[in-house]
Amino acid sequence: MKTTDHPREFLLGLYHQLVLIREFEERVKFLFLEGTMPGTIHQCQGQEATAVGVCAALRSDDWITSTFRGHGHALAKGLGVQEMLDELFGATTGCCKGKGGSMHMGNMDKGMLPGIAIVAGGIPLAAGMALAFKMQKKPQVVACFFGDGAVAEGAFHEGVNMAAIWKLPVIFVCENNQYGASTRIDKVMNNTCVSDRAASYVFRGETVDGNDVLAVLDAAQRAAEECRAGTGPVLLELLTYRRTGHSRRDACHYQPKTEKEQWFARDPITRFAEKLLARGDVTEADLAAIKARIDQEITDGVERAKVAPQPTLADLTTDVLA
Amino acid sequence: MKRQGIAEALREGIAEEMTRDERVFCIGEDIGVPGGWGGAFTVTLGLSEKFPGRIIDTPIAELGFTGMAVGAAMMGMRPIADMQYGDFLFLASDQLINNAAKMRYMSGGTVKVPMVMRAPIGATGRGSQHAQSMERYFIGVPGLKVVAVSTAYDAKGMLKAAVRDDNPVMIFEHKLLYGSKGARAEPGAVDATSDIPEEDYVVPLDKAAVRREGTHVTILGWLLMAHFAAAAAEQLAKEGIEAEVIDVRSLSPIDYETIGASIRKTGRVIIVEEGPKTGGVAGEIAAGIMEHCGDALMASVVRVASADVPVPFTPILENAYRPDAVRIAEAARRLVQS
Repeated sequence: MKTTDHPREFLLGLYHQLVLIREFEERVKFLFLEGTMPGTIHQCQGQEATAVGVCAALRSDDWITSTFRGHGHALAKGLGVQEMLDELFGATTGCCKGKGGSMHMGNMDKGMLPGIAIVAGGIPLAAGMALAFKMQKKPQVVACFFGDGAVAEGAFHEGVNMAAIWKLPVIFVCENNQYGASTRIDKVMNNTCVSDRAASYVFRGETVDGNDVLAVLDAAQRAAEECRAGTGPVLLELLTYRRTGHSRRDACHYQPKTEKEQWFARDPITRFAEKLLARGDVTEADLAAIKARIDQEITDGVERAKVAPQPTLADLTTDVLA
Repeated sequence: MKRQGIAEALREGIAEEMTRDERVFCIGEDIGVPGGWGGAFTVTLGLSEKFPGRIIDTPIAELGFTGMAVGAAMMGMRPIADMQYGDFLFLASDQLINNAAKMRYMSGGTVKVPMVMRAPIGATGRGSQHAQSMERYFIGVPGLKVVAVSTAYDAKGMLKAAVRDDNPVMIFEHKLLYGSKGARAEPGAVDATSDIPEEDYVVPLDKAAVRREGTHVTILGWLLMAHFAAAAAEQLAKEGIEAEVIDVRSLSPIDYETIGASIRKTGRVIIVEEGPKTGGVAGEIAAGIMEHCGDALMASVVRVASADVPVPFTPILENAYRPDAVRIAEAARRLVQS
């Protein structure tokens, strides 16, 4: 897929999303290390193109499920910087009123369940959501994000199998970043090609360059069409790499230097920027302006989040039952 | 008015709810197979013909179909999940505890999970893995409602209330109380039939039921133990001891108002539980009684429960494992004399 296949504004929109996720994550990392932000964090620097490419292929009433590494998915699905920062600061104005936190970002009005922090836990949920759409005769699809680590859990098999036998409209999106926490994929799988799994359930799987946002978009659009046509599910394996630790202060000493260098040279944002500049109608200044706008939005957001209203003790026992 | 057993009453309740609300559907193993059993205990027998496409037979995948029920519920459906044996809930517990129960809280009150999970329990000649009393593992999970049905009237009314509730509700049933027929009949079954009204009704999910009034001692039980407690009370009455028997019925939340009113009258309480004594529901209720009406107790709380062993197979040991009317009556005599 070439950048000339899409209008300039659409592509700049994708670029904006990619940079928004990167800058959001970098600022969150700073705030966390600085000690101003509570909790723990699992970040997605380097994996931005998977979230942006998939969500750009969805309609606003389609759904996603996410994981503990969900900030990118949330921003790509349309959650606002402010509601997410507020959530990270534990404020009542957060997208989950401060009761979810980093690992459970979500917003039901924007088609995103709270993130599921049990690695394959969202897979049966997504199958069930798709079952509901099918029974309700609605044309919606659900994109279910999970990592390569989730493939080893039983819930993967059970959820994927049922989606397959009932041809449910689920795009199973495996972000294969080569590591389940600190364990390399080849230590835990004889066949490290995750998309091969689809064939054993008799549906279509595809491995895609997950650091190429347009390749992801194209694959996700085709998958969504198939799901809407009743020929789903589809398994997309998006090859990518985490530029930051699994969580907290993880320094990634388990990632070999040469591997890191190879992957860092394939950074999704740098690569997309190069493609945009090669079009001729996008300038360095255009891209710099986008980044500057995002930086300002995040800076303003952090200032507001730091003073956003914290819950009172009365909030402890609300929202348990409907 | 008609006389029905629990399996029939549940079946009729499910059918009525499915007719009333097209969002209701059933999901589970062997529940709608043509020529099959209608679930292991016949509860859904015949429903797949009546409701095509809404009685969903799943692979043997308890974690998976439970997660699917949670997912469908969040998207506006009202699933009734059928766990073939309660023991399999361990497989499904990640989806029940981490997702169904917590989604509402984690989302700041924006998610609803209106699903029902039905599960049979009870020691019934099947050895250790198709027999455990599972309710103990779920009563301490905030976000879940847990009930146990011991009569056909309650089974239908609580099923209907559960389907209409916006929260995940677990309904525990007992294999010896279903009144399943034909090849699915249970040896040693206990009569749990009720007169079922023709008109629609619900039974609240948070109220205990006083089954027999008495003044000397309160006996609390649920499922099979509610029946055995009633049988013990009959025997005790012949000896001049009037026991008040309460079917606790709602295990989360527990109705301390009804229980407390009884204890304030009798001053003595026995809690009967099928299941190991350690870590059970009875211990929780005992602590709750101390907090709510401990001042009214004239003697220490007594638990009559199973030994701290896995459920044994051989009938002589299984019968020793499960509390019975004789043991309950003995405990009552001792307590009343204390």
